[in-house]
Amino acid sequence: MPVEQAQFADITLHVNGEQLRLTVDTRSSLLDVLREQLGLTGSKRGCDHGQCGACTVLLEDRRANSCLALAVAHDGARVTTIEGLARGDELHPMQAAFVEHDGLQCGYCTPGQICSAVGMLWELNEGWPSAVTPALDDAPFPSREEIAERMSGNICRCGAYPGIVAAIEEAAS
Amino acid sequence: MTGRAAPTSPLGSALQRVEAREKVTGAARYAYEHPREDVLYGWIVGATIARGEIRAIDAGPALAASGVIAILTHESAPALRRVADHELMVLQSPAVAYRGQIVAAVVAETAEAAREGAALVRIAYAENDHDVLLRPDHPKLYKPDVVNPSFPTDTALGDFEAAFGDAPVQIDATYVTAATHNNPMEPHATMAVWEDGGVTLYDSTQGAPAARDTIAQVLGLERSQVRVISPHVGGGFGSKGSPRPHAVLAALCAKVAGRPVKLAVTRQQMFDITGYRTPTIQRLRLGADREGRLSAIAHDVVEQTSTVREFAEQTATATRVMYAAPNRRTSHRLAALDVPTPAWMRAPGECPGMFALESAIDELAVAAGVDPIELRVRNEPPSEPETGKPFSSRSLVRCLEEGAARFGWASRDPAPGVRREGRWLVGTGVAASIYPAYQRPSEAFARARSNGRFEVGVGAADIGTGARTVLTQIAADALGVDLDAVDLRIGDSALPPGPVAGGSAGTASWGSAVAGACRALSLALEEGAEGEVEASYDTGPDLEARGDYARYAFGAQFAEVRVDVDSGEVRLARMLGVFAAGRILNPLTARSQLIGGMTMGFSMALLEESRMDPGFGDFLNHDLAQYHVPVNADVRDIDATWLDEHDEHLNPMGSKGIGEIGIVGAAAAVANAVYHATGTRFRELPIRPDRVLATLGDPL
Repeated sequence: MPVEQAQFADITLHVNGEQLRLTVDTRSSLLDVLREQLGLTGSKRGCDHGQCGACTVLLEDRRANSCLALAVAHDGARVTTIEGLARGDELHPMQAAFVEHDGLQCGYCTPGQICSAVGMLWELNEGWPSAVTPALDDAPFPSREEIAERMSGNICRCGAYPGIVAAIEEAAS
Repeated sequence: MTGRAAPTSPLGSALQRVEAREKVTGAARYAYEHPREDVLYGWIVGATIARGEIRAIDAGPALAASGVIAILTHESAPALRRVADHELMVLQSPAVAYRGQIVAAVVAETAEAAREGAALVRIAYAENDHDVLLRPDHPKLYKPDVVNPSFPTDTALGDFEAAFGDAPVQIDATYVTAATHNNPMEPHATMAVWEDGGVTLYDSTQGAPAARDTIAQVLGLERSQVRVISPHVGGGFGSKGSPRPHAVLAALCAKVAGRPVKLAVTRQQMFDITGYRTPTIQRLRLGADREGRLSAIAHDVVEQTSTVREFAEQTATATRVMYAAPNRRTSHRLAALDVPTPAWMRAPGECPGMFALESAIDELAVAAGVDPIELRVRNEPPSEPETGKPFSSRSLVRCLEEGAARFGWASRDPAPGVRREGRWLVGTGVAASIYPAYQRPSEAFARARSNGRFEVGVGAADIGTGARTVLTQIAADALGVDLDAVDLRIGDSALPPGPVAGGSAGTASWGSAVAGACRALSLALEEGAEGEVEASYDTGPDLEARGDYARYAFGAQFAEVRVDVDSGEVRLARMLGVFAAGRILNPLTARSQLIGGMTMGFSMALLEESRMDPGFGDFLNHDLAQYHVPVNADVRDIDATWLDEHDEHLNPMGSKGIGEIGIVGAAAAVANAVYHATGTRFRELPIRPDRVLATLGDPL
């Protein structure tokens, strides 16, 4: 059956600093648009249900599961993916810290972990508390416990968590 | 070449992963991510009954959907050749052997269209009753010819029954482990491209050369007509050790559509068609004197396979090696049920088997009133107990002693259930680890380029182990050049054949071939060869000439748990593993791998369980919300270290594998700690809050 045009919509996305006019399938997740339409395969599909965090990107600076975001619902949005973090050949400090502390093994969850970590530090700086924040009237501090708690939406089956926490601790300092 | 290298050798240095930059920037391409013009998308349709037969398929509504190009069913799919692994005989018959088995596939212009098309395929079944629950008295239990891959099913020495009957201290306990799923983060995926009279598969596999051979067989092609490319693999843990049915299906879809097709297994589908660890029911009997010296050991295992393919996990094999006792026996019995086919999961055999054995040893220590470390020391065998072969090296006692010192074991009060901190009961436990030091035949080439660089190729896979990094180190060491001068090529069946990344044998197998090729190249260059010079090496003859030793890595694991008396939740407070695995070639990646194994081991004890529903006839909790794997907050303080172990009887590097030993014994260390904390022995995994709470009674 030929492709029907009625199920498509035109949107604009600002991806990694570039403005893009796109025609998207209204069923497409942001993750699929990034991966299949834009070739930005750094964002990974691990579960497609918002359960693993491998697809984490920064949506208006906040971390989001791109597999749960319908692309058509984000017309005009600013998206930063793992491909947009480095400045040319110079790695983002979070990327460099993951390399240094071996915060990765198979690497499949890694882009999501790094985007999540960058978004998480933004949340900490904004003073957002977590379930383990000692007191609500103090600014939360990126302790190992805070980092582990706040990074628990990103699964690493290889078990690289100690390296991930050490990397984020260094990047936060 | 000796096991030792000069201080400047790259072997033993904490080199960062050579592909780390690609992985942290998102540039590393996994199977589904190779750019291809004109690619189509495949989607799997799984059976919605657990046993029966397809009566009719109505593909009309699906074919009428926008963007759908083709539907493949058993009525329309191209014929395949018969192969040993019947899981790969995709769409060849109307029979349904388990819920979720592939019964159709949809090919469409986009993934969205393929998915919608898959929902529109109408299938009518003739459904039969299904039999999906394993039990120790299952009438279908039988004795397989061998257990994975070729171990004897049963063994016996001396007179177990008599010795056990005479033993003043006896343990007779049954341990139950749940079905668990590998769940690598990258779902299985394949892109198939037919061109030049053959097919190229971009596949997520633990071994491109072996996958190529199997795929060629099932498609009825020559090996030269099939190429498997797999530069990066997002974890496997055994589940990508051989081709799974989706890889064959992708090739069929591309053949029918006449265009490249890529197809990914969904997370939910992975629970049915990519393998899992069988549940086990294990009876352990130990007979000992009053000092805890064993006279009798029996380990009898019941487990399951599917009706499609026999997979007989070698659960009792570690018991044949661990402890001395003149009277002993092991056995394995299997029931072929209407369930998905079990397969390899990290340390198949050793992992569930050592949970049972090391729990029973802890029970024996309690019964005999002997410290569990001392008890293990008293039962050290002088040689491999069932074969009499000398151990190439065996450092279990040193691991236990080193771990005890680091963990603070000496001050431990053995009394169970007496340490309370607020709502928490606190306890510690220990268990031993073991994993065979396998090596399999491998070939490799090394090439001196005119630009001064060295190209080294081997059909290896890096599934997150650090293989690419360690093989680069081995090559640079053997060539005597800087690491930066080596371009290592792996993950392609066009490279010299090497074994799959499995059995913790990768470094030993591929590394020996790389070392051989690089040394041959070095020699040729020293002798004055010029220009583009190439050398190759095949380790096959070396392996045949090896001495007859029992080769194993050993370890000791220590765990401290806290048990919430109000909720029954068990929290891992800290965990330490001390391992002896020959020479550690890269401390950075080795530590990560050992900790990763320990993490999967503690989650086997506390979290992981694929629940078989008898009515539905399949695993119920088939996603990452309901199947619990550890998240960051579950891991508080896990550390791994190792002894300096020199073993001359291994390979040119002097290394033993480290991919699996971390998971072996970890669950027993945790369960033994839960006993120490609560006074209750948990013999069924996982140790869920409801199970704990049921034993705690009224709040203390």
